[in-house]
Amino acid sequence: MVTTLIVIAIVLASLAVWQLMRVFESTAKLKGGDSFVPTDSENRYQGKMMMVFMIGYFAFFAWLYVKYAPLLLPVSASEHGVGLDQLLNFNFLIITIVFVITHVFLFYFAYKYTFSSDRRAYFYTHSNKLELLWTTVPAIFLAVIVIYGLQAWLNITDDPPEDSLVIELYPKQFDWTARYSGADSTLGSSNYNMISGTNPLGVITDASLSQMTGELIEEITSLKEDLEEAPKGGVKEEELLETLGKRERQLERVTSFEGLDVASREAGNDDVLVKSEFYIPKGKSVNFIFRSRDVIHSAYMPHFRAQMNCVPGMTTNLHFVPTKTTAEMREITDNDEFEYMLLCNKICGAAHYNMKMVIKVVEPEEYYAWLGSQKTFADVMQPADEKDDMATKTKVIGNEISMIE
Amino acid sequence: MATGTAHNTDHHHEETFISKYIFSMDHKMISRQFLITGMIMAVIGMIMSSLFRLQLGWPGESFWILNFFLGDKWAPDGILDPNMYLALVTIHGTIMVFFLLTGGLSGTFANLLIPLQIGARDMASGFINMLSYWFFLASSIVMVCSLFVETGPASGGWTVYPPLSALPQAMPGSGMGMTLWLVSMSLFIVSSLLGGLNYVVTVINLRTKGMTMTRLPLSIWALFVTAIIGVLSFPVLFSAALLLIFDRMFGTSFYLSDIHVGGELLEQTGGSPILYEHLFWFLGHPEVYIVLLPALGITSEVIATNARKPIFGYRAMIGSILAIAFLSFIVWGHHMFVTGMNPFLGAVFTFTTLLIAIPSAVKAFNYITTLWKGNIRFTPAMLFSIGMVSTFISGGVTGIILADSALDINLHDTYFVVAHFHIVMGLSAVLAMFAGVYHWFPKMYGRMMNRKLGYAHFWITFVCAYGVFFPQHFIGLAGVPRRYYTNSEFPMFDEFVSLNELISIFAIVGAIAQFIFMFNFFYSMFRGPKASQNPWGSNTLEWTTPVEPIHGNWPGSLPTVHRWAYDYSKPGKEQDFVPQTVPLEEGELDGGAGH
Repeated sequence: MVTTLIVIAIVLASLAVWQLMRVFESTAKLKGGDSFVPTDSENRYQGKMMMVFMIGYFAFFAWLYVKYAPLLLPVSASEHGVGLDQLLNFNFLIITIVFVITHVFLFYFAYKYTFSSDRRAYFYTHSNKLELLWTTVPAIFLAVIVIYGLQAWLNITDDPPEDSLVIELYPKQFDWTARYSGADSTLGSSNYNMISGTNPLGVITDASLSQMTGELIEEITSLKEDLEEAPKGGVKEEELLETLGKRERQLERVTSFEGLDVASREAGNDDVLVKSEFYIPKGKSVNFIFRSRDVIHSAYMPHFRAQMNCVPGMTTNLHFVPTKTTAEMREITDNDEFEYMLLCNKICGAAHYNMKMVIKVVEPEEYYAWLGSQKTFADVMQPADEKDDMATKTKVIGNEISMIE
Repeated sequence: MATGTAHNTDHHHEETFISKYIFSMDHKMISRQFLITGMIMAVIGMIMSSLFRLQLGWPGESFWILNFFLGDKWAPDGILDPNMYLALVTIHGTIMVFFLLTGGLSGTFANLLIPLQIGARDMASGFINMLSYWFFLASSIVMVCSLFVETGPASGGWTVYPPLSALPQAMPGSGMGMTLWLVSMSLFIVSSLLGGLNYVVTVINLRTKGMTMTRLPLSIWALFVTAIIGVLSFPVLFSAALLLIFDRMFGTSFYLSDIHVGGELLEQTGGSPILYEHLFWFLGHPEVYIVLLPALGITSEVIATNARKPIFGYRAMIGSILAIAFLSFIVWGHHMFVTGMNPFLGAVFTFTTLLIAIPSAVKAFNYITTLWKGNIRFTPAMLFSIGMVSTFISGGVTGIILADSALDINLHDTYFVVAHFHIVMGLSAVLAMFAGVYHWFPKMYGRMMNRKLGYAHFWITFVCAYGVFFPQHFIGLAGVPRRYYTNSEFPMFDEFVSLNELISIFAIVGAIAQFIFMFNFFYSMFRGPKASQNPWGSNTLEWTTPVEPIHGNWPGSLPTVHRWAYDYSKPGKEQDFVPQTVPLEEGELDGGAGH
């Protein structure tokens, strides 16, 4: 392949050089001051080139289609995706017809009506009939496209069914975490003030609250100690005061979560957090909830024809029903290594190109078995209750960065 | 109607080098200043695209040229750094959209053509016009300077969405580079507004006797409406940029909320990045037509002149320009279908967006009908214009798919979008800009460009342009996201490695071919054959001025206009063109009435 490409490049380059040579020959002639408009032979040559280009263009299109159409995304693995693919094909049919017809006319006319001094152009300024024709015909086609398209759109964006599974996909630079609602089918409340090394999503439970409060008080105490030692009126003091203020305000906000009702503080305990790959069951509606920790990301799941932005400060959602397990898709694509992927599709920084998660679609039984085998959030938080161990550890916890990285 | 007595040309201006070439208030000189500045920026933008195409074609491979341009910091051992990759795509986009196709295109042709084609001595305010250029130049210089800051230039994509662009912790490019980007864009907006106001005022007030609005060439209609769109939408971008500056520097939270970045908890709450997206695209979508309408205007002139045939459906063309301009303000939400917007709102934006297809289709069909039974002379400008009609159609039809909110879900931010907007906006406008330069070069420099070089330039450019962007539709349909440093992290994209190589080769050959144009341009400027007064046999007023451009444009009194601009091959006339200054014969109807 590379060799062919290099050959193409060389051919194009030599064409350019050849054209250049011709030019330098003719510049001398031009200086004599002959006509500025193209000669008859130039006009004929360029007219023919129009046809040559048209054929080449269509051939390129055909080659790309034959070679690459089979390599595009496999059949949709979600319920709504099948309809979307039909809609897409319908649109492609129409635009390909328009594309071909208009290009045939454009290049054919250019070729056919090449300049001749013994002929005059047809003085044809307008035709209400024609203009009406090509206002209404596109309008009719577009009406069909709009109606067909909006049906699909409203269908997809409809509220998720009541019994949908709820999964949160939570991005940060540069990875994803998936959170399952657990046995109670309710995601625990969460807040970005609660984010720590052990609690990457800021889930609010009694355990995480006491851990976070402990950490903050610890840090505030040590900041106050540093402040007393710091020289008065210096830059150091200013910095410490600023950090102290931030931590105190954070503590205030964190403390206020204790006022949340018991149910929402309980809901987080059975949540399950997973990284690098997550499971969804075939045939069940899954409602994805998105937040973001730092910048805008976009959860893109091309095999399911699904995408939604993840925006800090708000939640978004989308839902779909997966219809083909990973194993089934491997058979369809005849590829033993096939995996469904979650990609990040909104520029988010240096490693944007590598921010991904594997999606496993499995039969419901397998899904529940897998979910049951995962650690719950309460399991993860457990060590936090063993205060004695933690007391020594929290000395270094002051700096959150070290914990997260 | 004003007859434009702004200057009396009989008294002679003593012009120094500085007042003639640098702080010039003459619209023709300012036009050339915009063109040259735009070209320099375009070369920078083009080199950047070649550099990142090297990475995309051969990911992770070492190229000495990357190291040569970017140095050891950003391309150690000739391997491109991911942050620099993002910076390159960001600045490439910014330069091409704003500096080449907004400032460069409108600045060049609005300045050159508006006074010359409406029969005015100069712009309404020569001084404001000069300021407009100098703000543009300042903005260009700041943008170029931002390439050299230690943390690298802005790299959050040309749309610079916060929080990424607001937080220096999120990426190095959001540091000083981003600050300079915002400063540069603010200056750019000032330039654009000053220029735009001047264009609008000039077209309304300074048309010569007989130049009614319905006798204006379509190029002027397009530039006029473009200026109106710009004046109405750029201030919104300015506010977006200003609020972003506040968020970055003064701790406000217009766009920021609930953020924990780089291990640090931010205190801003209550803002929304989506607000920025709305503000940005409220300019951003009209911006597409700020780029495209002048291109369509130039194409109308060039096609009519060289097909020796009136533009088909003159009034429908004006109507579609106005319709496109109006609709361009109510479609911005189609850039945001997957931001979680209200589905009903999404449906409305789908509807309005697809409406734009109607006036666009009318324009395309009218161009094709103009060619029908024409008598076509293939000047290089004509080739570029026909190429422009082709790209306008090829890129336009895929817009129908992307306008469909449901289909956009899976295509949003993929290479399908890259292919779509590069073809319909980028290529169309660049091809038309080339057409304009080849066509009006004799008016700018009093000399002719070389035709053979023009042909070579066109064909290599045209073939390579499609070679680059047409295959990207397929890559996008396979789900490959844009702005990926490499696709090699996903085995599912491995099938497209060789296609990406092919694209990169086309891109690099196409970029090199632009030096044919540069050579032709600068060679012809000094050594080209002297132009005649009306080399293309054109009807419009600019071809009635002397070959050597003079201050005030016409010696003696201003020309009087008696007919529309498109009396080409009119039956019963000796020549196949009738300049607008020729009085109507008895019983002769104007504007093609009765035909």
